[in-house]
Formats: sequence, C-alpha cells, structure tokens
Amino acid sequence: MKNIVKAQEPFKFCTRLHLSELTGLRATTLGQLLDLIKEVPGSCIYHHTHRFLQQHQYLSPEPPNDFAYWVADILGEDELGERLVSIDTMQYSTIRDLREKIASTIEDYLNDNPLAKMRFARSGEEFHFIKSVSFILPTAHVVYDLKEFVEVLKRITIDSIYFHIFEARLRLEKPTNDFSLWIEHSLGDKELAYEISRFDPYTSTLEDLRKKIVQIITRRIAQ
Amino acid sequence: MAKIEEYTPLVGQSVIDDLRLLSERLKGKVIQHINSTPVGGGVAEILNRMVPLLRELGVDTKWDVIKGGEQFFAVTKKFHNALHGRAEEITQRDFEIFMETSQQNVEGMDTYGDIVFIHDPQPIALVKKKAANKWLWRCHIDVSNPNEKTWGFLMDFIVQYDSAVFSAPAFSRKLPIRQFLISPSIDPLSDKNKELPQETIAAVLKKYDIKKDKPIITQISRFDRLKDPLGVIEAYVRVKKYTDCQLILAGGSAEDDPEGARVLEEVREKAKNDPDIHILLLSQNDIEINALQRASDIIIQKSIREGFGLTVAEALWKAKPVVASNVGGIPLQIKHKYSGLLCHSVGGASFAMKQLLSSPEYAKKLGENGREHIKNNFLITRHLRDYMLLFLSLYHPEDVVRLY
Repeated sequence: MKNIVKAQEPFKFCTRLHLSELTGLRATTLGQLLDLIKEVPGSCIYHHTHRFLQQHQYLSPEPPNDFAYWVADILGEDELGERLVSIDTMQYSTIRDLREKIASTIEDYLNDNPLAKMRFARSGEEFHFIKSVSFILPTAHVVYDLKEFVEVLKRITIDSIYFHIFEARLRLEKPTNDFSLWIEHSLGDKELAYEISRFDPYTSTLEDLRKKIVQIITRRIAQ
Repeated sequence: MAKIEEYTPLVGQSVIDDLRLLSERLKGKVIQHINSTPVGGGVAEILNRMVPLLRELGVDTKWDVIKGGEQFFAVTKKFHNALHGRAEEITQRDFEIFMETSQQNVEGMDTYGDIVFIHDPQPIALVKKKAANKWLWRCHIDVSNPNEKTWGFLMDFIVQYDSAVFSAPAFSRKLPIRQFLISPSIDPLSDKNKELPQETIAAVLKKYDIKKDKPIITQISRFDRLKDPLGVIEAYVRVKKYTDCQLILAGGSAEDDPEGARVLEEVREKAKNDPDIHILLLSQNDIEINALQRASDIIIQKSIREGFGLTVAEALWKAKPVVASNVGGIPLQIKHKYSGLLCHSVGGASFAMKQLLSSPEYAKKLGENGREHIKNNFLITRHLRDYMLLFLSLYHPEDVVRLY
C-alpha cells in the first residue's frame, strides 16, 4: 500500500474483563440439561460456549464448549458430544440462534437414542450453569491507520482481541468482528476486511489469532 | 511484601495495566473487609497479601476484625465442620452464643465502608447493620453438602446481602441474591511459591537427610484422613515394585489435633520398614515446603475431600507433574491427561505415577501445561481483578457492563 489511508473515525481499542456469575442451576441428566439450556439467560449459553477460549489460552484438548465436554466425558455420550463440538459457532449471529441449534441437536439425539435419557451424572459431576458478566472498558489506544493499528494489535491485551473478535459479533450482535467493520467502513478496504472476517477464530488460540491478523495486515501494508 | 510491579515479569504488563484500569473505576469507594482473625488461616493469609496490593493500586481498602471469646469461636468451629458436611451436634445454646457475640459486634463495630466485604460465617450477622452501603458475603468453605440446620440458620443472614461469592460451582445453590464464582489463588512471589536457588533446595534435602539418588514422590498435606496419607503409601508401594523411588509425606504438626496425631501414628507404623518413606513434620515453614515441591519428580494430592486444594496449584506453578484425586476444586486446576492426571483410587494413583516415571517427556509436558493454566487462572493477579470486578458489579446489575 503506497499511501497509508487515514480514517476519519479512529479505531478505539476496548478491553473486556469478565466475572462468572453462579445461577445455582444444575443438571444431572440430558433431559435436565436440555430443559435448562432452553430457559437459562443468554449469558449462560455465551459462557459455556466461550469460556474455554479465555481459560485455555494455550492449545486446549477440550471440546470448544462445556456442553460437549460434559455430555461426552461425564455422560459417556460421545456421539452427541461430537455433534455439539461440530456446531459451527461462526454461522450464528446471535446467542438466540446458537441456543436453538444446541437445543435442537440434543433433542434430535434424544429422539434417536431414547436410552440416553437414562444416563445420570455421578454426584459431584453435575453440570452447573454459569453466566458470563462482561465489563467493557476503553483502553488508551486510539489509532487512525493500519500502521498504527497493527502496532497496537501486537501488544494489546488478549482480552481486547477477544472482545473485538468474539464478543462484539455474537454478544453485541454486530454483523462481523470490530476489526473488519472499521477496516471496511473507515478505511474502505473491503478486501482486507473480508479476509479477516473469514477466519474461524474458534479453532485457534487467541495468541495464534493475533499472529494471523498481524501477518495479514503487515502483508497488506507492504503491498 | 511484593509490590504490584514485581508481578509484571510473571504475568505480563497487560495484566497489570488491566488492574490499573479497573482500580480507577473504584476511586472514591471505601472497601472494608471484615473477618474473624488477622493472622492464621487461609482467609487472613490471602487478605494479608491482597489488602496492600489493592491499596497500592489506589483502591481505598480497610481491614477490620470482629471480637469474640473462646465460646463463640468454639461454636463457629462447629459451624465450619457442619458446613463441610461433618456430623456435628449444634444446640440451641450454640446458636444463642453465636447471636450474643454477634450482637456485641453489631453494636461495637463501625461498618463505614461503601462496600462491606464479610468473609466466612463468623461475622455474617453484621449485615443487620446494612444501610445504604453495599454488602458482600464471601464463603471460603466447601458448602456442597452442608448440614441443613446450620445452612438454614445462616440463610437468614445471607439473603440480606447484595451478593455472595463461592469458590467452586458445586458450592452454589439457588439464592435470591446474585452469587459469583471466584476461585482462590496462589501468590507466585510468596515464600511458598517464589523461585528458589538450587543451594536452598539442596540444603533442605540435606536437613531432612533425603538424597536425590532416586525419583521423589511428594504429598504436602496435614496428617488428616481426608488427605488419605495411608492411601498414598499404598500407591507408592505399588509403584516401587517396578521403579525404585522414594516418598515424602510432609505436613504441619498435629499436636493440637488428637485425630491428626492418631493418623500420624498410623502413617509412621505403616512406613516403619521402608527407609525411603520420609515423614516430615513442618511447622509452617513455607520455604521448606517450596523446596520439597521443587525437589520432587511427582507431586501427589490423593485427598478424599478437598475445599479447593491449592497445593495442586502450587505444584503446577512449579511445572511439576501432578497426580490428584478428582474432588473439590482439583478438576478446575487439572484437565486430565493434559495438565496433570486425575485419579479416583489407590490403583488409579499408582498407575498414573508409574506412567509418569516411565515417560519423563510426557510428565514434563503435563507440568508445563499445568504451569500455563495456573498462570492464566489461579494467580493472585486474577484474584485481584475478580475482586475489583465484583465491587463494580454491585453498581451494575446488567450482564454486559459498558464502562465508557
């Protein structure tokens, strides 16, 4: 890129810190899990599908959501576990849609495998529903062009990247991640915005995600 | 006492920056911690480290202690045991003693904080003084299976608080107030966890006449049936059949605990014919515990029940491979086969230890993953962050709080 484009509207990096709120709700069978998945607040669904990303910043062997882990490892329903793991979270733009997909996956499985209703978690291994409470704070980092953007991206907290990529899209219901939105609308670079939005961030660690985005932008600046 | 900046090389500048961002949001608020003792016990230990750090971050933090006589603390000890699910006979007179002392504290204590942060059941009744300020109750006890009579008595107070805090999801139950999950933490700069020079480790081994000529398996725990030291010896014996190794069982003195003294006697009896079993009575010597953990090849924590089991976090922080029971807060710290090995029995524990001794590369990887998990989730810096978020949550009931 010969001329670095300056944006009218700067990108303001925020960070997101979270607190886990307990609900006291617990499931010991698949039927109970299903009923509760349908009625708990969206913040619970968000927590159990995103917790692993922040708690295991190194590459984790865990399925990328708590429901899948519990179903497979505690109830021994490996096939349902696999179906839940393979839900493509990127396809869902709201927590409501994601919740419906998880619930219908369990319902379909129970219809096909009625004996699965008989499985009980042992005492101490129940599924506990937890809510994620997010606190969004502005950081001091405000940038006007890609060069400044990538420099901040290299050293901003992992929580900030998490917020702009995951939370902005799914929880604040924006059409795509914040980085792509700014790059498209304020810098006018649709191609770069698309390239970043195409990533499936659910299959990388946050540090890998940072590296990939930094690489793409650095390459773009050099073009 | 360590300063906040000293944590930067361990956790990264960004974590410290976040703490500063949060502390700015608490300017003008006075946080008043209240518990039952300034020294001794886990609560005092963590407050002794957290209060100065919060102050350094600019959060106006105070710490007060309730008054109580021998009778009162005997009753609260019974409460503690009953909440852990042990059979305790608690009489009407016990409840009266609790209320009499509580009333004296209600009358005598100034609850001036904008946020009054009550720790454990002893000062719980102070909530009678609740005015326009915010009140938090922090339960440090495993209440997954409490004596219902005691829990019911405490519930009358709990519901008057703005929020409650528990250490593990299994400790929560439906409550009419908000409740949060905040795990305990270890301090990487404390004597128990800081880096130690090789000479210090060698000196401690020498002091206890332990040679590093064969692998060392260690359990650090008081001599208590719930820590299953006899089971640890059985598991070690099964391992030793195949790999020559030695066992250290190290824990605090059991002088004031008749049951503990009996357990220690049984452990000594069971170990008497094996010179490779080292039974060490350490009187709260954190550097020695640290050195023993660092000198070990495997750390075991074969508890039958566990509040949280921070000895596991301590061992993982030192990148040690850990074999531990799947109880209490231990599964939060160990993901089986990834950051340690979980077990349910003597057989399981011995099998896991044999595996680790015969696959040192695997053992090393488990330890490294464990250290990373502790770094991200169980250090005091995460605890400070959670406490500040908890304070902010009192003024923001929503699930997504925008502080801009």
